[in-house]
Amino acid sequence: MDLQGFGHLLISGTWVTIQLALSSLLVGLVLGLTGAAAKLSKNRVARWLATGYTTLVRGLPELLLVLTIYFGGSQLLMWIAGGFGYTEYIEIGPFVAGVAALSIAFGAYATEVFRMAMMEIPKGQWESGLACGMSTPRTFFRIILPQVWRLAIPGLGNLFQVLLKDTALVSVVGLNDIMRQSQVAISSTKEPFTFFMVAAFIYLLLTAATTGFTMFMERLANPAARGNRG
Amino acid sequence: MANAPTALVLKDIHKSYGDLAVLKGVSLTAYDGDVISILGSSGSGKSTLLRCINLLENPSQGEITVGDESLELKPAKDGNLVAANRKQLERLRSRIGFVFQNFNLWPHKTILENIIEAPVQVLKQPKAEAIARAEQLLEKVGLADKRNAYPDNLSGGQKQRVAIARTLAMDPQVLLFDEPTSALDPELVNEVLAVMKELAEEGRTMLIVTHEMRFAKDVSSQVIFLHQGQIEEMGPPDQVFNHPKSKRVQEFMASHS
Repeated sequence: MDLQGFGHLLISGTWVTIQLALSSLLVGLVLGLTGAAAKLSKNRVARWLATGYTTLVRGLPELLLVLTIYFGGSQLLMWIAGGFGYTEYIEIGPFVAGVAALSIAFGAYATEVFRMAMMEIPKGQWESGLACGMSTPRTFFRIILPQVWRLAIPGLGNLFQVLLKDTALVSVVGLNDIMRQSQVAISSTKEPFTFFMVAAFIYLLLTAATTGFTMFMERLANPAARGNRG
Repeated sequence: MANAPTALVLKDIHKSYGDLAVLKGVSLTAYDGDVISILGSSGSGKSTLLRCINLLENPSQGEITVGDESLELKPAKDGNLVAANRKQLERLRSRIGFVFQNFNLWPHKTILENIIEAPVQVLKQPKAEAIARAEQLLEKVGLADKRNAYPDNLSGGQKQRVAIARTLAMDPQVLLFDEPTSALDPELVNEVLAVMKELAEEGRTMLIVTHEMRFAKDVSSQVIFLHQGQIEEMGPPDQVFNHPKSKRVQEFMASHS
């Protein structure tokens, strides 16, 4: 297949897509864990905020989030900064806007995955940690969270696949990802079929790698199922 | 054992869930080396009493003293007492071993990791030292060959013996057993009771909520019979089992022998 010299462009686009997806995953996981903890907390305000977050974000198209944050974000930030007396122009780049939009979306869905997983952990697991004199945070991080991962990873793997494909939305605000780079190539070569096929192939490679990685993580998080019988 | 120092003192423990009073003023003193069995029909508040001692349940009223240290309590919004000093609660909990009916081993950790977790994390023991101690304890409960197994690969009796070893690894001042054999198949009960008997003979201070009458009669220094959240009868096993004063205890013993 003749890529007419656009190969390096597609490779750099792939790299941008991977960076965007992984950054959004990282921020999204933190949002998801925080959201789930808030939903399960005794604090009514925290529960209320988390429910508002997931209801709102899951009800909106991702594209709308991307556009709102890219075009509206600068305005909002300048308005806030103005309150502190800062008057310079603040611009949110497409990458930052993309990470913000995709991680907010991912976090809302991950909140539900984490919440379900946390509810699956028997109360006795908390109690045996606390009864040994462990603090609540230590019990959470040492005893509960590893078990939450084990239950949450299949669901999170699914969400990450969706996230990976949603990165293409950020091309509309000018991020040089796979999608946009292939469109650039098409506009100059007039060969849409070739370049869309190449883009499709790259996305498939990435999602296949994600599936493999998810399976690897599932095994990693579940040592007991590897059949170690001492 | 009245001359021994006190290991645990409970004073006037009350616990209510809304309008339902589960404990209505229970007081007891365990001296070092005491083995106290707590009997009673279901719903008498036995487990709740045990869980109030390390604040897995928050009592509505009462005082708890471990050794010579009184647990600092303060009232919460819901009317129950909560720990006033989190650090103190954690310290006292580390000195009170708790063995659960459902074992509550941590399924993502090996048997050895289950046992060294709290000594390393809470008592800050060096890992090598904790492992050496854990190996001794596994030897003691007869499970040395299971150190690298995971809880899901053990039988109920084995799990409970690991749970006891995990508790002993903290070298607690008092051991609380909450119906430790109730979740076990009948043929697995004895292996757990044998371990507990050994601990009793070593002079460990133990509070045991149980339905195993023969065992309670055999190992206890004191037996407490709870009825509707109050102590109906308390005394040495010979008294409570063979010559109970209370009519209710007489009936209970008649139906359980």
